[in-house]
Amino acid sequence: MVIVGASAAGLTAAETLRRRGWNGELTLIGDESRLPYDRPPLSKQILTGAWEPERTTLRTLRDLDRLKADLRLGQRAVALDVPGRRVRLGGGESIGFDALVIATGVAPRRLPDSDLAGVHVLRTLDDAIALRAALLAGPRVVVVGAGFLGTEVAAAARVMGLEVTVAEPEPVPVRRPFGDRVGELVADLHRDHGTRLRCGVGVRRLRGAGGRVAGVELGDGTTLPADVVVLALGSTPATGWLSGSGLRLRDGVECDALCEAAPGIYAAGDVASWFNPHFGTRMRLEHRMNATEQAMAAVGNLLGGYTPFAPVPYFWTDQYDTRIQAYGIFPPDAEMRIVYGDPSDGHFAAAYGHHGRVVGVLGWNAPRQVRTLRRLVVDRAPWAAFAAAPALDPATVN
Amino acid sequence: MKVIVDQNKCVASGQCVLSAPDVFDQREEDGIVVLLTEKPPDGLADDVRQAAALCPAQAIWVEEEEKKE
Repeated sequence: MVIVGASAAGLTAAETLRRRGWNGELTLIGDESRLPYDRPPLSKQILTGAWEPERTTLRTLRDLDRLKADLRLGQRAVALDVPGRRVRLGGGESIGFDALVIATGVAPRRLPDSDLAGVHVLRTLDDAIALRAALLAGPRVVVVGAGFLGTEVAAAARVMGLEVTVAEPEPVPVRRPFGDRVGELVADLHRDHGTRLRCGVGVRRLRGAGGRVAGVELGDGTTLPADVVVLALGSTPATGWLSGSGLRLRDGVECDALCEAAPGIYAAGDVASWFNPHFGTRMRLEHRMNATEQAMAAVGNLLGGYTPFAPVPYFWTDQYDTRIQAYGIFPPDAEMRIVYGDPSDGHFAAAYGHHGRVVGVLGWNAPRQVRTLRRLVVDRAPWAAFAAAPALDPATVN
Repeated sequence: MKVIVDQNKCVASGQCVLSAPDVFDQREEDGIVVLLTEKPPDGLADDVRQAAALCPAQAIWVEEEEKKE
């Protein structure tokens, strides 16, 4: 067995193989030289300094020893030979396999001139450590992109007392996942904390002087001066090493409902696109929970199971003192309704309906309530009946 | 088995409550994990292992007891 990718999904795949009693040879290949670590804290506790970087380490050396795996950290897979059943590494070595799990994740998008000093992306622990060091110098910060990563980075920098501006082409932050209403609330949250937002205008280019970034020029011709620019423009699946392999690579590694991309070749985590039968649609998720769940599901099927992977996705974001948690999917044309609490109290839950069913629920500082409401997504509750009902009594969702 | 939780790492996802509601709960005010029993009965062991594996904050540890022959 060979697993390419040694982050959350790859590690879970390896552990699941052993937990399920598979005792044969196992190779785990990861292009970073660090021991597997957790990514959600990178844009939160690591940036603010609340945690030391070591605290993100997912397993001790002893735990990893117990896996009895050939651990190839700091080694990059560069090619896959599907008929020959081999993975080729950057050093020229090639490793044969009977079954393969692809868990290579995603890589951050960049802009032209991203190599200017002072321009950062945030994907790896080393990225986070470098960005924290830059923030400690007290710079003016511009974050490009107001998705989860961009808004979390902005919040962390603002908590550190820095002058922060977020530039986002959409009219409100986190609009793609959550729509206009929640996006407006997230915008208010940032403004209340003194973070500036420049929404509704695109970024034209980075401006530099003497090899260092000096600002971000917007589509309307204005320039936001900056000492540090963080690019949070989303990610692309890390499938470059698979080009020419014959695997279908449209948005990530295209798999069936069993997470299988080709006979004996599975994918899991951020890199995997698969058909989710619960929602009747193909999806690719960059969520922490999905890395674990999908790796478990893929390995179960690899070992002879036949269980379509039909999860209700879970994801969350922490910004300042606010925690937003969500179950399900949030199509752009979904309807949204507050079903518990009141946004003006900073404590509420909302349901999202699409094609007549509840497809998502969101909690804003309402963790117990949103966990209870998850049932609506699991049951594909009819939206019409639900949307017509009055807001739920707190007692029923506690 | 013995269960250990780290409330400082917990992100209040509630996945543990979904996996093993007799072992885990969430604090009313912020959803942080509350351990209902440190030593769950054997019948719940698999659910607890599942909770530990799924926890998106990796805030749950399970110490397995030595197997008796």
